[in-house]
Amino acid sequence: MATIVFYLVALAAVISAIVAVTHKNPVFNVLSLVVTFFCVAVNYALLGAHFLAAAQILIYAGAILVLFLFVIMLLGAPGEDAALVPRPFQRGAGLLLAILFAAGSAAVVATGTFLAQPSGVSGGPREIGRLLIGPYLFAFELISVLLLAALVGALVLVRRKD
Amino acid sequence: MTVPTSHFLLLATCLFAIGAGGVLLRRSGISILLGIELMLNAGNLALVAFSHQHGTLEGQIFVFFVMAVAAAEVAVGLALLVAIFRKNQSIDVDRLNLLRW
Repeated sequence: MATIVFYLVALAAVISAIVAVTHKNPVFNVLSLVVTFFCVAVNYALLGAHFLAAAQILIYAGAILVLFLFVIMLLGAPGEDAALVPRPFQRGAGLLLAILFAAGSAAVVATGTFLAQPSGVSGGPREIGRLLIGPYLFAFELISVLLLAALVGALVLVRRKD
Repeated sequence: MTVPTSHFLLLATCLFAIGAGGVLLRRSGISILLGIELMLNAGNLALVAFSHQHGTLEGQIFVFFVMAVAAAEVAVGLALLVAIFRKNQSIDVDRLNLLRW
């Protein structure tokens, strides 16, 4: 059962990711990226990370991509102009990505298929919360300062000068 | 749970390559930010897969922090794009050649 779900979701994730980076219309890009993020959330749930699956949907699909849509609507859905000059490095970039993907896949395949041992560790909100308030308290506080800095920075950047 | 961890890693590799392609080949600033988000998600998926493989929760804590950093990055990046659009009437990164000598 989990196997069938995984392969269906993986296929959907790859297709929607390809649409998200190739379609000309930015609204379509964002909406198909929502599908990809939902598929990644299903993968988290399959891996036992239930809290992260919820957080993925809440933060990425709920907050970040809505922010993207808001900015696209604000700027009047700017599409891409035709290229001013054809980009000379496109072939090189494609080759680089193909090598990257091939090397990564080869490394994974060469190590063979390995199954996780059943460990009994659950990624529910209680366990994650205990770790965040316990050993990772300093990083947790630091990340809140970072979010505050990003908030102030964004406000300063979009402030009108007059 | 019978899906091998390596298949999750293959999916993460695939998503990362697609996201990197978006960053390298698109010219719209918004699409570049979307590609960065896709790459961050691929990294997160690999972290959760390894965390599951080793039976610990540290990888999931890392993913939580990466999500927070991604949210901060998007807020600042989109604010920059709005500021650039006000100045240039375009978010085409090929037109951003102010600092080119």
